[in-house]
Amino acid sequence: MTGGGFARRLAALTRKETRQMLRDRSNLVVGLLLPLVLILLFGYGLSFDVKHARIAVVLEDSSPVTLNAVAGLVGSQYLDPVWLQSMPQAEAMIRAGEADAILRVPNEFTHDLAGGNGRLQLILNGVDSTTAQTIEGYASGAIANALEHLADRRDVRFQDSASVGIVQRIWFNEAATSTWFLVPGLIVLVTTLIGAFLTSLLIAREWERGTLEALFVTPVRPMELTLAKLAPYLVIGMIDLAMCLLAAKFLFQVPMRGALSIIVLASLLYLLVSLAMGLWISGITRNQFAASQVALLVSFLPAIMLSGFVFDLRNVPVVIRWVSQLLPATHFMSLIKTLFMAGNYWPAILQSCAILAAYAIVLIWATQRTLAKRLD
Amino acid sequence: MPSPITYLSQVLALIRKEMLAILKDPASRALLFAPALIQSLLFGYGATYDLTHVPYAALDQSRSAASTELLARLDGTGVFERVATLDHSGQIAGQIDSGAALLVIVFPGDFAARLAAGREAPLQVILDGRNSSTAGAAAAQISAVVAAFNAKLGNRAPLTIVRRAWFNPNYESRWNLMPALIATLSMLQTLLLAALSVAREREQGTFDQLLVTPLTPLQILIGKALPSILVGLVQSTIIFLIIRFWFQIPMNGSVWLMYLGLISFTTAAVGIGLSISAVALTMQQAMLYTFLVMMPLMLLSGLLTPVRTMPEILQVATYVNPLRFGIDLVRRVYLEGATFADIAFDFVPLLAMAAITLPLAAWLFRHRLN
Amino acid sequence: MTTPTVTVEDLRKTFDAAGAGAGRVTALDGLTLVARAGQLTALVGPDGAGKTTLMRIFAGLLRPDSGKICVLGIDVALDPQAVQARIGYMPQRFGLYEDLSVQENLDLYADLHGVPMAERASRFARMLDLTDMARFTGRPAGKLSGGMKQKLGLACTLVRAPDLLLLDEPTVGVDPLSRRDLWAIVQQLVRDEGLSVIVSTAYLDEAERCTQVFVMDRGRLLAEGTPNALKTRAKGLTYTAMPPADLPARDLQARLIDAPRLIVDAVPMAGNVRFIRQPDAEAAGLQDLLAGAPAEPRGEDLEDAFMMLLHQREAVAGPGPIPPDTGLAPDTSLAPATGPAPAGGQAGQPAIVVRDLVRKFGDFTAVASTSFEVARGEIFGLLGPNGAGKTTTFRMLCGLLPATGGTLLVAGHDLRRARAQARGRIGYVAQKFALYGALSVRENLEFFGGAYGLRGKMLRARIGDALERFDLDPAAQSGQLPAGYRQRLAMATGLLHQPEILFLDEPTSGIDPLARRAFWRTITALAHGGVTIVVTTHFMEEAEYCDRIAIQDAGRMLAIGTPREVRAMAGPSGSHDMNSAFIAIVEQGRARRDAKSAA
Repeated sequence: MTGGGFARRLAALTRKETRQMLRDRSNLVVGLLLPLVLILLFGYGLSFDVKHARIAVVLEDSSPVTLNAVAGLVGSQYLDPVWLQSMPQAEAMIRAGEADAILRVPNEFTHDLAGGNGRLQLILNGVDSTTAQTIEGYASGAIANALEHLADRRDVRFQDSASVGIVQRIWFNEAATSTWFLVPGLIVLVTTLIGAFLTSLLIAREWERGTLEALFVTPVRPMELTLAKLAPYLVIGMIDLAMCLLAAKFLFQVPMRGALSIIVLASLLYLLVSLAMGLWISGITRNQFAASQVALLVSFLPAIMLSGFVFDLRNVPVVIRWVSQLLPATHFMSLIKTLFMAGNYWPAILQSCAILAAYAIVLIWATQRTLAKRLD
Repeated sequence: MPSPITYLSQVLALIRKEMLAILKDPASRALLFAPALIQSLLFGYGATYDLTHVPYAALDQSRSAASTELLARLDGTGVFERVATLDHSGQIAGQIDSGAALLVIVFPGDFAARLAAGREAPLQVILDGRNSSTAGAAAAQISAVVAAFNAKLGNRAPLTIVRRAWFNPNYESRWNLMPALIATLSMLQTLLLAALSVAREREQGTFDQLLVTPLTPLQILIGKALPSILVGLVQSTIIFLIIRFWFQIPMNGSVWLMYLGLISFTTAAVGIGLSISAVALTMQQAMLYTFLVMMPLMLLSGLLTPVRTMPEILQVATYVNPLRFGIDLVRRVYLEGATFADIAFDFVPLLAMAAITLPLAAWLFRHRLN
Repeated sequence: MTTPTVTVEDLRKTFDAAGAGAGRVTALDGLTLVARAGQLTALVGPDGAGKTTLMRIFAGLLRPDSGKICVLGIDVALDPQAVQARIGYMPQRFGLYEDLSVQENLDLYADLHGVPMAERASRFARMLDLTDMARFTGRPAGKLSGGMKQKLGLACTLVRAPDLLLLDEPTVGVDPLSRRDLWAIVQQLVRDEGLSVIVSTAYLDEAERCTQVFVMDRGRLLAEGTPNALKTRAKGLTYTAMPPADLPARDLQARLIDAPRLIVDAVPMAGNVRFIRQPDAEAAGLQDLLAGAPAEPRGEDLEDAFMMLLHQREAVAGPGPIPPDTGLAPDTSLAPATGPAPAGGQAGQPAIVVRDLVRKFGDFTAVASTSFEVARGEIFGLLGPNGAGKTTTFRMLCGLLPATGGTLLVAGHDLRRARAQARGRIGYVAQKFALYGALSVRENLEFFGGAYGLRGKMLRARIGDALERFDLDPAAQSGQLPAGYRQRLAMATGLLHQPEILFLDEPTSGIDPLARRAFWRTITALAHGGVTIVVTTHFMEEAEYCDRIAIQDAGRMLAIGTPREVRAMAGPSGSHDMNSAFIAIVEQGRARRDAKSAA
């Protein structure tokens, strides 16, 4: 057939897919509403920053010195102290989940402190290890501060001596707020989910409803079917991307240090990978039940757990790192974080884009193979 | 009324049919049980906040015994791995931008001199903040090494804080995450399984055939819900066994209590799934609505970020999220050894969810208008 | 006119059988045939003959294991795309996009086939005119009736004139009016455009309209020739028997068909019984069997020849898929568990009472003020064009759909409101035989038996009976069964609990004549045992098996009565067979309605 035939058939099939997409409202609900919900949840709902951690302070010794030492806990936005008299009470609070930590000021504290040998006991609920570590940092900091005040007032003697002080600078995310890395991650998550959920039933549905048989016996080519199925969802994905980028810029004010054009280009590339992945799953399973299960399994959790979104891939065993490198989401995740926070770092851009482009091509090719106009 | 035995045998026939429909095909059987195994292994290793490997670069402008010793101490932790030794500050950006180093330590030229003078010597640490938790954890580890170094220099604070972490003494994030997965991973698939179960029969035309049998809505409900619940519990068990025996995370509470919690949790999840299923006209709708519901359930569950750090209004919203209570229940029974009295409250929202969604689904079976 | 359009030589095709331990199923077993261009060619044969497989190989959708196949001079196995660009193919289940409108479906196929815009207007107009669908271009395809869907499928296939048109059972589940329309379109195109058509069908009267007929069986060619040439096989063996007034035609038919040594085939027809005698049947035996009913020779038709062929094949190849079910007549094991027609007041009470039944969907009235009664042990036929409201009526009777108005009692209950046990007294076989495709035959039976409260020894015994009676392989996967076997399994599941009332929605759609005979023999035996049966069908001759029939159109009852009465209502044009009676009554009804709405 001529090239004109290709364009005409592609246009006709794209029109058909678009109409079908628009007529089932569930597509639009998931395609447009879900990203909005995710944006709001990520922007406002989720935070790794611990605030208002409940700390039970057990004052077995309540001299003025003691009160001064723990005064630093009050007024901090990170800690909400509760004052108690006895340990059993405090332990009960931890068990009931009402407190995350106990700071115990023992009986002899004032006396021991004067002797330069003060001991405070900090008991943490280690179940949520990250929160526990953060609370530990906040609590020690607050107490150290208070002690410096004490020292200033000569209540306690500090030795002046040589020491190393840390001057810490965090690049890219000066405020060290988790929003800054959650929002770029959100873009990855939204594009991954759109692809997996919207396209993963498209081919399976046609197999189950028997609509492909008549379609096959026309001059249509497998590649035309594949591209036509991608096109309308690419548009939905682009709307979602725009929503995410606008939210990142104006709602959450996350810096975009890389060029917007490159961010958009890289995102489109990944969007294509993600849509093609869903379509391919649909094509190989030919069964809506299996397709939806597989789509769920390969998209959502891996994109969160293994892509370097939440968990740093530097920490994982090498085998897991290999697995994570197989996920296109991993490459896009590292690229988008760099683009947002670090700027145009070309070696990373080129490498990741090349990998994503390869994925897109392979997946589209594999998808059209599943539509090879054969019933056996 | 039919005799109780007949009633029971009718339900059993339906359960048997549902199990066959799910499990007969080897592919779908694999699809329901292999992922629990693979995912719990992958995420068990992969989902960790614990820093085990921090690549760093050093720019030592002081070239002194003190700086060398501090670096040696860093390297001695086994966590910090020096990937580059820099010559001038112009090289710092390259190390961080490329991700080759997570942090760069800079010893200023007067580092040793200040120490010798008995003054505070600044040590500059530049961190890659792209992942703020990693950066924070790395900074904390450097602080610890520096504190030890300072102590050796003869600085001893008049106060020591004796720290003890209950339930997870070494702050292993795997301990926190994995028990949560017992609830999470199984919910994902059971919710979808339940959501597709009626929608699939509607699409294939067998649901009418089911409705003309003398099965009552309650029987159909039980027959549809139990297989999904069972699949969910088997998945949970697979994950539980891996956590307990492969990752060897100690279990402090009662296995029975945990399963009691899991049963309530899975029942609530299946209730949501069946309600979706009864509303959906096609499998596609069932799947998409399930995903739409599933995302907020996951994100507002406390799996990744604590519920407490959420805005007030979302915290209230989590009361209708079975996963929140499922995760809480399993974590606390597993790690904290919570007793029934400790977690009794968690059962309330779960049972309430089940008590609303299951009857709703049963009613919808027959009353969904065409 | 003699150039071949399709040549097939020693074609073989096997499939992997589903189910554990199953080997391969042979679909085509060394088939050789030549179809000519510019004419209508029919493929007929019982279920599992390989018709659909052959059609799909023609269309390049399946690759044969061995053998040669040339379509339009092209080797399909080598270059399927070249063939697909030139043919039109309408599969058994034409995949219309149900969420797209009629016009959008047509546009899609026109675009895919590259029909130039200039030609489109006239072609669409012609197609919409032929299919009488110009009024519905904006309607979603999913909202069309079954018959209209088939017509739209045909229109989509014919958006441009193909070099060869393949139609795979295009009239399954289609009412007589739409069937007539579909054939008119095809025949007109053959006449006007010299179209070559290959059609597979279960209707022998359709095959009779074709120039060339191939009779297939189990992947082989059983016979070929023109309809007239094939008919000669039944020459001199065909008769019409006229039963005495006190003997229902159905009972005489049952007696005849239960004597396979003397009779090849028997069907009721316009109050009489058409039958084919065995060539070697003794006259004396035949006289005894007819018990005084006079029999007159009649002209043979293609169906007679087909039955002869299948019968002869059986004699050669051993028992075929349908064993003669001789033991049925006296057997009452299928009778309802409560016993047939109990004595006393119950006996006179009708099994089903419907009064002023109304069902509306929004503005659309699907069933309008319908009333009828069905007596116990009666076979009641519900006839009507696609979309007439039969299925809606059915679903209301079974309690699947609430009625908008009116009363409705089935075995004394409104099933919508009655307790679940009331449903245990009815059996329901849905259109397209809704079964769990992933489950085996035995598993399906076990489930439905269990759902009806059967268990233990009783359940095992009933399942054993059903497997034997319907000749089913318990290990076969239900979804992979050919249509005829799926229907038998659906019947078996519907009968396991021995219902008092049996609802059958188009139970014979897509089923070959042999299987239909066996099916009706089972039904008449059930009725004999006291079971009340309500059945819909598009095979009008099957209405002759019914005690009474009702004809519905556009939600209204047009006629109700015994087949004889209904034929009489149709007037002179419809009195000789039910098919023409049906068409006459529906057309008269529509004319009245149009006149009323015009007034």
